[in-house]
Amino acid sequence: MNDTNTDETLAVLSAPIDPEKLAMLHRRLEAEAEAEGLVDVAYTTVDSPVGELLLAATPKGLIRVAFAVEDHDRVLESLAAQVSSRILRSPQRLDPVARELAEYFDRKRTVFDLTLDLSLSRGFRQLVQRHLPEIGYGRTLSYREMAELVGNPKAVRAVGTACATNPLPVVVPCHRVLRTDGSLGGYLGGLEAKTTLLALEAAA
Amino acid sequence: MALTVAVLNGMKMKQPFETVVARHGATVLRVCRAVLGVHDADDAWSETFLAALRAYPDLPDTANVEAWLVTIARRKAIDVHRATRRNPLPVDELPDAPTALGIPDTDEADVWGFVGQLPDKQRHAITFRYLAGMSYAEIAAILGGTVDAARRAAADGLKKLKTNYPGAIMKGAGP
Repeated sequence: MNDTNTDETLAVLSAPIDPEKLAMLHRRLEAEAEAEGLVDVAYTTVDSPVGELLLAATPKGLIRVAFAVEDHDRVLESLAAQVSSRILRSPQRLDPVARELAEYFDRKRTVFDLTLDLSLSRGFRQLVQRHLPEIGYGRTLSYREMAELVGNPKAVRAVGTACATNPLPVVVPCHRVLRTDGSLGGYLGGLEAKTTLLALEAAA
Repeated sequence: MALTVAVLNGMKMKQPFETVVARHGATVLRVCRAVLGVHDADDAWSETFLAALRAYPDLPDTANVEAWLVTIARRKAIDVHRATRRNPLPVDELPDAPTALGIPDTDEADVWGFVGQLPDKQRHAITFRYLAGMSYAEIAAILGGTVDAARRAAADGLKKLKTNYPGAIMKGAGP
């Protein structure tokens, strides 16, 4: 028996498949899975001045925006655990989000007009996140003022937590909340990202 | 790698379905091609991942995802085969010379034609063993029959491929 021949036959059988072929099949899967309502979480990634952003949406709306420093693979894994494992890279559902973000970063948009799925947050955190868009473009509030805005002036620390756990950064503008002394405070995407966003809005 | 982290944590987490497609998409396409030939494999690939996506949340976290996909792929490929009422790959469609110059997988397509001409059991045994990397026990569980029978089917199929497919073998440096 000539094992060399066998190995070569197998090598041909298991030869790499053209990546473009797989990409084409993937696009077809996206369309068919969406049509059958099987995509619980669709996602894509876009480039931005604050690094690559992961955008994820359920049929209810945008559920997650994540910075690269959060590790997109880990974010997707936790979405699989918290929402559904039926997660597919399917950019089309995110087209309106990607478009509004591009306009925002081009300083051509000051308000996001998107349907949001806030189900990753509960209770007081979600309440704070619902109110964050009331801070207008280019303006900032302190954590204390934000606590007053949501009617719970003593909950300064809890407001800080709500901002730090905002699942929809940039779109829900937690970057517009600063420390009472005017210093930046923390930011999920890193202080550089927060500075970039505030500078972008200030320059407009 | 994310999988390693999950294993180190002592638990196997369910990966996002996209990871399943990225990891096993090529293998599933090879399985579909082995059963159907290159031309009808795309339909079976699509059907396989749609069915898998539908059932994925109910798949136990400890399941062998690749073996599961291969089982679905085989069933879907047979469905497509029945629907098209065609041979795995009609002989008269086989190019008798590599005419499509510049297309990198022309030779590969030839091989699939020969694989497609093997008897069902040999074709499936080869596909599952060498393309999906399954054990003979897993193959026997899918095909029915004993582990020995699965091993024999793969060996017989390979022997026949060697005889019928000298072209690929000549491309190598071996004697």
